[in-house]
Amino acid sequence: MALARTRSVTLVGVAGHVVEVEADIGVGVPGTVLVGLPDAAVCEARDRVRAAIVNSGRDWPQRKITLGLSPASLPKRGSSFDLALAVAILAAAGVVPADRVADAVLLGELGLDGRVRGVRGVLPSVLAAVDAGHDLVIVPSPNGAEAALVPGVTVVAVAHLRHLVAFLRGEIGEDELAELAADARDVHSVQPRNPEGRELPVRTSGGTEGTTGDALGGDLADVRGQGEARYAVEVSAAGGHHLLLHGAPGTGKSMLAMRLPGLLPRLSRSDALEVTAIHSVAGTLAGDTPLMEHAPFQDPHHTATVPAVLGGGTSAVRPGAVSLAHRGVLLLDEAPEFATPVLEGLRQPMERGSIVVARAGASIRFPARFQLVLTANPCPCGLGTGGGAGCRCTPTQRRRYASRLSGPVLDRVDIRQAVVAPSRAALATDVPEGSAAVQARVTEARDRQRRRFAGTPWTCNGDIPGPLLRKEFPPDVAALALVEEQLRRGALTGRGADRSIRVAWSVADLRGVDRPTLTEMHIALGLRGASMVAA
Amino acid sequence: MSVRGQALGDYGERIATDCLLAAGMTILDRNWRCPEGEIDIVARDGDVLVVCEVKTRRGNGFGGPLEAITPVKAQRLRRLAACWLRAHDVHPAEIRIDAIGVLRPDRGAAEVDHLRGAV
Repeated sequence: MALARTRSVTLVGVAGHVVEVEADIGVGVPGTVLVGLPDAAVCEARDRVRAAIVNSGRDWPQRKITLGLSPASLPKRGSSFDLALAVAILAAAGVVPADRVADAVLLGELGLDGRVRGVRGVLPSVLAAVDAGHDLVIVPSPNGAEAALVPGVTVVAVAHLRHLVAFLRGEIGEDELAELAADARDVHSVQPRNPEGRELPVRTSGGTEGTTGDALGGDLADVRGQGEARYAVEVSAAGGHHLLLHGAPGTGKSMLAMRLPGLLPRLSRSDALEVTAIHSVAGTLAGDTPLMEHAPFQDPHHTATVPAVLGGGTSAVRPGAVSLAHRGVLLLDEAPEFATPVLEGLRQPMERGSIVVARAGASIRFPARFQLVLTANPCPCGLGTGGGAGCRCTPTQRRRYASRLSGPVLDRVDIRQAVVAPSRAALATDVPEGSAAVQARVTEARDRQRRRFAGTPWTCNGDIPGPLLRKEFPPDVAALALVEEQLRRGALTGRGADRSIRVAWSVADLRGVDRPTLTEMHIALGLRGASMVAA
Repeated sequence: MSVRGQALGDYGERIATDCLLAAGMTILDRNWRCPEGEIDIVARDGDVLVVCEVKTRRGNGFGGPLEAITPVKAQRLRRLAACWLRAHDVHPAEIRIDAIGVLRPDRGAAEVDHLRGAV
């Protein structure tokens, strides 16, 4: 009898695939069947779509309705197909012109009253739609700002199915539609307000707002009397080096680590889009200003499971903390307390900058190029530093604790900084510089690296593989001689030498020196440190 | 079934019969019963034997009339068609099951929805 089609997008990991949504109204006893590998949430769309169409003042066709999602082999998940299904049915029933919606991409969940609700993963979906050559995308009004980040596509944000039907029938224009969407958002959005009526700040789990450190982890000026450790954090930020801070409890390890993201430069436009797409899939974006321009920060608790940190899940595979920290910082506070599979699982993403989550249904690659920050106590009781007075841990306990961190993960940590308790004099008199000043230096150092690595896949010193480092980016002769000398005396291993040279480059970039000299090399050797005091 | 419901059903079946006649079919049987159940209308459309189920409603409050034909009822209609054929010496080239939905609002004309080959 009647056939109509629209498009929607299904997500596999953070990659979108355009799906054709067909509705056929045929002869037969009234009923609706949905075919094309839908999951439970998509099957429920039948009932939601029916209620939404009836409550938008349109008739539900009293015929046999067959809804098809193709390619049928691709698993379809979630509620974002509702809008496309509803519009396909309305087009097949002749309510809206079929040719107008045939190439449009529709995303959105429907409420029973016909309201269009926001969905996850709008940004990667719209990117996929543009890649597939579609130029009209219809999204829920809460996701309008997110969809508008993608250039080269007309984005129409709708708040209610009734508005969309009127728009597609040509009864209202795009301007009126936008007004209706704005009105609906004012009515439906629940803004937390305090009694004086001022809006309270809403903190998203991504921890992304704020220009420098102040909004996220506090300002670096809060940390007094830790000149050496502060410098280690600065070098780590400048070169994207993985960092280990170890020392007794209460010396400021976590405080320093929390302030690292605030020192990183703003993300470039393409990086910001990439990061936003991951957070869009995870559903952690702020509605009004969705673009994440600041380096993301993740600090999972040490009880975090493997899927929580590395990505996974039973039905829909979600990005884990390593992917949410892509182009940002992953902090493992009290790192030796983390489960061994979690720590060992970090090896692949640290090596490749991405992680492959393999499940029976699909094998999904998530980007995961993060800067790892570890903090650790010297021993389980935390007192075994310096003379170790008061420490009750046995040597076996201490060795076991330290060994949890050694091995392949620690091998990739360029900077290992001991954090010692500051003197009382330093606490009283030290006036440390704030995050903004350090961030400016770091941004400049990163610019130097970007110019140096132009045309290579790397962006910062921390990424450069060892062999390439020695061949293409050696330090000057005197500095190299120092490294050779240390190697010969057995004070450095081959890998340790690479690490020192990498760090020396970052020190040079911070100091504005073109190539690491003896001075930078000495500083770098100091930052490299021993693996851990106890080990 | 209440007297009122029975009357509504009879009304719907009269309308349906008129509808089939207007479509050029010949009525062979009405309200034929057997232990399996009842066929509302049996008609002949050229070489095709038509078994017709009629559903009448006063309004759409409980869904459209035709939505009352569930997969179980559709299955029974097929069995009933076979029963009717065993009981009669008729040898059609093809059998078709139609459904007619009659919507009779409190005021205004009745709406008839004839679904050919519904099941």
